[in-house]
Amino acid sequence: MSVTIQDVEHIAELARLEFTEEEKGKLTAQLNSILAYMEQLNKLDTSAIEPLSHVIELSNVFREDVMKPGLATEDALKNAPAKTEQFFKVPKVIGDR
Amino acid sequence: MKTFETIQTELRAGTTTCERLTGEYLGTIEAGSGLNAFLSVFSEKAVAQARLVDRKLADGTAGKLAGMVVSIKDVICVKDERVTCGSKILEQFISPYNATVVDRLVAEDAIIVGKNNMDEFAMGSSTENSAYGRVKLVQDETRVPGGSSGGSAVAVRAGMATVSLGSDTGGSIRQPASFTGVVGLKPTYGRVSRFGLVAFASSFDSIGSLALTTRDCAQVLNVIAGHDERDSTSAKIPVPDFTSALDKNVIGLRVGIPKEYFGEGLDPDVRTAVEKSIDTLKKNGATVEEVSLPHTEYTIATYYILATAEASSNLARYDGARYGYRAKKARDLAGMYTASRSEGFGSEVKRRIMLGTYVLSAGYYDAYYRKGQKVRRLIQQDFLKAFDSVDCLITPTAPTTAFKAGEKVDDPLTMYLSDIYTTSANLAGIPGISVPFGKDHQGLPIGVQILGRQFDEATILKVADFLESAS
Repeated sequence: MSVTIQDVEHIAELARLEFTEEEKGKLTAQLNSILAYMEQLNKLDTSAIEPLSHVIELSNVFREDVMKPGLATEDALKNAPAKTEQFFKVPKVIGDR
Repeated sequence: MKTFETIQTELRAGTTTCERLTGEYLGTIEAGSGLNAFLSVFSEKAVAQARLVDRKLADGTAGKLAGMVVSIKDVICVKDERVTCGSKILEQFISPYNATVVDRLVAEDAIIVGKNNMDEFAMGSSTENSAYGRVKLVQDETRVPGGSSGGSAVAVRAGMATVSLGSDTGGSIRQPASFTGVVGLKPTYGRVSRFGLVAFASSFDSIGSLALTTRDCAQVLNVIAGHDERDSTSAKIPVPDFTSALDKNVIGLRVGIPKEYFGEGLDPDVRTAVEKSIDTLKKNGATVEEVSLPHTEYTIATYYILATAEASSNLARYDGARYGYRAKKARDLAGMYTASRSEGFGSEVKRRIMLGTYVLSAGYYDAYYRKGQKVRRLIQQDFLKAFDSVDCLITPTAPTTAFKAGEKVDDPLTMYLSDIYTTSANLAGIPGISVPFGKDHQGLPIGVQILGRQFDEATILKVADFLESAS
């Protein structure tokens, strides 16, 4: 498998990142070299192995369903780049198209 | 430079006070500001806390860590203070709460002195990836202190804090401890609550400590370990007194030497030091046997698939909407996300987000991510099998001593390979510690790594403490 500039553009869009043409070229080469290194996992037959998603295999952890105080609205808004009294403020959701 | 044991002795003898000690630490931080180990210093708050602890000591009501001056890696939240994660994207972010570990330290009267510089979002092995400039090695400023907890390691080595809390996702406590010549402990995954630790790779991240001695790491672990209802992955497993394991006795201890950790790429001076540490244990009554961890060659590939996948998901939250950096130019919401992230993140973070997004994307998920999870199980099984016949494993912490700044920044894969001996512990969820043991021909510190069974920090602390006194 080899990554192309078009792949990098597609992944960047998924990740909400943008790059200059020069960065795209560099990133394509770097991703290809890293992914080529990762290909070595294909030497292993893992067809009978269960994936490991958590190292201390916990089952569901529950707590009592009781109300507790959370972060106050005022505190939650303290770090907002833009806000109204009670809400985070963002640019238009629908573009100018 | 004082260990916590020395501080306790001096406080008991009345030859110093917490206020005087804190003043000394603040003076050292100021004098060493060129090392760039701190991103914020809490001068006034630390002195106020020190005065309070002095009063408690006089009353006989002081906690277990009274007199310990602690710095915190800037990825762990301290209420009403900045937590930047070494990133421009969080430059202005003020934490609205304390991490559980910070609450627990303060409850035992530790004095929090400031926040340490780090690789952006803990992604790096040299602390060159900080948006606030690189951290310099105390012993040679042209070299790196390792990473990502490079600021923490330098703070302890230079006497700017008694102890520093760091985070270890693939070696970020142990490798800088090795480069700077301090002790660095990564506890078992789930031993310490991650509440208030900014997430990088949630199934790997562990909070641990860096200190001048193993005993100091054990004292800190006594306080920060244990279940926390605010972190559902923190284990409900009893916490022993870890200092009671430090008995300087290794008779009958079964030590395993994983042969795969002594192959190509290992610096000869590092090899010699690690072999000497093994001899020391043998001479003092431990039994030593060679073991095999056959999937070792796959650890770096597996780690960078899984950790970048988790990172790409965790870092999706930085979109400029609710907190963090927001780009000015955006006209619509999607444009704001893209511009804020592109301007706010540094290049290594973007590279890892790209890699993580790629391995999780449609068509590649099974080939990379799921494959990685399967190999992770094989790697964990290697350790389980080894621990059937031995109590701990001895390895180098890093393949080399501290390297020159700039040497690896343009070659991500080479940089990733400096984590070759440390990522396995995070993949398997086991504890690991790096303890200084000798120096190379240039006088740079060498670290020996001890790996143990899940939740058996006691054994690796015992061995580290023994090697520390023998080195």
